[in-house]
Amino acid sequence: MKAFSQLLDRLTYTPARNAKLMLMRNYFRATPDPDRGFALAALTDGLPIEFPLRRVLAEIGESRFDPDLFRMSRDDVGDTAETVALIWPATEVQADAPSLSEIVVALGKAGRSGHAALLTQWLDRLDATGRWALLKFLSGAPRVGVSGRLAKQAVADAFDRPVDDIEELWHGVAPPYTALFDWLEHRAERLSLASTPIFRPLMLAHALEESDWQVMRLDEVAAEWKWDGIRIQVAAKGGTTRLFSRTGDDIGQSFPELVDHFTFDAVLDGELLVLRAGEVAPFSDLQQRLNRKTVTRAMLTKYPVHVRFYDALEIGGEDLRALPFTARRERLEVWHREHGPAHSDLSEVLSFTSKEELKARWEATRAQGIEGLMLKRKASPYLAGRPKGHWYKWKRAPLTADCVLLYAQKGSGKRSSFHSDYTFGAWTEKDGQKLLVPVGKAYSGFTDAELAELDRFIRQNTIERFGPVRSVTPKLVLEIAFDAIQESKRHKSGIAMRFPRVSRIRWDKPAEEADTLTTLKALITSVG
Amino acid sequence: MASSPPFESWLRPGPSGLHCVPGDFHIDPSGPVPRAVITHGHSDHARPGHDAVLATADTLAIMRLRLGTLGQTQALAYGVPLRVKDVTVTLVPAGHILGSAQVVIDYNGQRAVISGDYKRHADPTCEPFELVPCDLFVTEATFGLPVYRHEPDTAEVQKLLASLRDFPERTHQIGVYGLGKCQRLIKLIRKAGYDRPIWLHGALRSMTDYYVSRGIDLGEVPNVADAPGTLAGEIVLSPPSALGDRWSRRFADPLAGFASGWMRIRGRVRQRGVELPLIISDHCDWPELLKTVTETGAREVWVTHGREEALVHELSKRQIVARALRLVGREDDAE
Repeated sequence: MKAFSQLLDRLTYTPARNAKLMLMRNYFRATPDPDRGFALAALTDGLPIEFPLRRVLAEIGESRFDPDLFRMSRDDVGDTAETVALIWPATEVQADAPSLSEIVVALGKAGRSGHAALLTQWLDRLDATGRWALLKFLSGAPRVGVSGRLAKQAVADAFDRPVDDIEELWHGVAPPYTALFDWLEHRAERLSLASTPIFRPLMLAHALEESDWQVMRLDEVAAEWKWDGIRIQVAAKGGTTRLFSRTGDDIGQSFPELVDHFTFDAVLDGELLVLRAGEVAPFSDLQQRLNRKTVTRAMLTKYPVHVRFYDALEIGGEDLRALPFTARRERLEVWHREHGPAHSDLSEVLSFTSKEELKARWEATRAQGIEGLMLKRKASPYLAGRPKGHWYKWKRAPLTADCVLLYAQKGSGKRSSFHSDYTFGAWTEKDGQKLLVPVGKAYSGFTDAELAELDRFIRQNTIERFGPVRSVTPKLVLEIAFDAIQESKRHKSGIAMRFPRVSRIRWDKPAEEADTLTTLKALITSVG
Repeated sequence: MASSPPFESWLRPGPSGLHCVPGDFHIDPSGPVPRAVITHGHSDHARPGHDAVLATADTLAIMRLRLGTLGQTQALAYGVPLRVKDVTVTLVPAGHILGSAQVVIDYNGQRAVISGDYKRHADPTCEPFELVPCDLFVTEATFGLPVYRHEPDTAEVQKLLASLRDFPERTHQIGVYGLGKCQRLIKLIRKAGYDRPIWLHGALRSMTDYYVSRGIDLGEVPNVADAPGTLAGEIVLSPPSALGDRWSRRFADPLAGFASGWMRIRGRVRQRGVELPLIISDHCDWPELLKTVTETGAREVWVTHGREEALVHELSKRQIVARALRLVGREDDAE
């Protein structure tokens, strides 16, 4: 537990990716099984335990500390679990700290009524950092700025294996992943996964550059629409079906209607969409279905989901990944004609006779409410990762708006002395008064030289400071490029921008001439 | 035995701070007064403009360095009683910073101790806190909540040295308050066996030189301004305000640390963009506050500033008469 609590503690304070990897790498090398496996579970898919932390804390709190002092402390600290960790009375005897495996095993055996006694006993055996880490551990998701993918990368690095190997095996192993570590440390053979559906690392596309387009030959590429859903891999085998996100997370729980219908033997690549009467619904509709543990009947009817397949990695146990795209596509079409389940179709392969025609189709995507085009080299095998020169995404041209810089925040890491996160606003009217309302945030799109200029402007035009945030005199216009504008009930402005970034700094433009909220609202699209 | 007059009859909290009526002086007043007794040199206690100042020699020297010329001054050594009109004043080590003192006032058979800022944790750069039994104890409560328990400072310094080993390519820039914390941290790092130069921001120079002139060996402490390169893998000390500031762009991928009791709270660490929090405080933590108050045997306790509500609540539970003074002008966060 001590090593784990130190790891979590340092991860929370370390912003740099490489530094986080180093900390995790050292931990996975130095910590024995099964503790490191439970730590890996906590950092990735969560632990195989349910612990009603809030209820148990409420139950034991009253007996251990003065409620008034706890309330005052909670106000000062700002986080209940952290307050408990800090306020917990130090015990005279520093007993051995419990190990992660001891905790998991004991919780597996204990019933509801045993929780409070166990937690009390563990908290007594830990120091402040240990208590904080334990409560994080029991809360299920530690939220220490580490994605599951990054944790797997650290395991791969620790034992000099490609992370794709870990991803492939991931859904064939379970906490504490002893079989995985045995293989990584050469004590055992690679697991056989012939009978279970597992995740295959995805093939990803590069953004199309002008230079790519120039040298591209018409007969070498296939084109498809770029669908505005989420990438999904459907892996079905031996009566089990799994739906994987692009990072290899199993998201099947949120989509029972798909899992029920997709009873085949194949691994397919496609796009998850909400589809009504053949029309793709806006992305925000799909968001209603994501990250839900339970799905109501109403959700199923209101947001009907659908998978639009575009590639096949494996059919009937045969690995197709080495075949060229056209051959895989042919196999996919044949398979779908015979077995195509409900809630699915195929992504259309577009026909075109010249590059000009293809370009014209791309130019028309915005009017059609489509996100853009995908160009795929016909001869390319299915390659894991983001290989150069095979697949391209050709997003529709962005929209732009002139907005006024309102707030700036310092970045982290290399940007920690620069204000690099910008909140910008558009004009609106209230009671006959013109005022600026925040409409979005941007962190990118500028060069290092522009960042230095923006930072200087912000420091010279600061009105007020709130910790790392500064409000600035509203006089600098930023041209913001974005993909789309959606309605949003969560934002005061009523709108949310998708993928906003700074496209130009308009040092020349007076703030009064920036765009209005009304103009931005007119860009809200019902499709795409 | 006749009951004693209330302490307020001779020691009065007012707009300029505590006023000792029979001695006719203020303790750590918030604005200019004719006669001031100053507990220590931090700017929220030692303000300019008094006609006459009584303090330890170190505190007077520190005040001169910070404020320039003072009015009439009188240095009083630790433990030497001094008659001031109708009261006797004695200065006793407070363990907070070099020269810091508790003000012990004896009047009419009653004893009040105004502790200023103090700590019980050992500090190699100043005299240790000395407990004085008294009737009235006046205390601060900067860390007056049970969540504040400072870790042993040696363990915190080890965190810094471990980080230097893990990130030898990065400049470790540690934010410290210039008087007290800076010199204590240097001394602790030296005691942990680190003998490379420790580089200083210009604002830390004069106080550090003063500590050295008082015989506190801090090793090599050159100016950042004289550094040859980007100081990769070196320790740099600066005021907290220079963390993540333009000044830090000269360093190699600077790793921001901060030595303060506030670093116990994660929200505060995040808010300051600190990567290496070092929980090192020159104030008492919660157990030390309670221990000190109890050990003085005081029957009444006044709490000047900080989280006074919690401390008053806890003392009342222990049947000690306690009240919050809410003195103006104390900088709660300056630690």
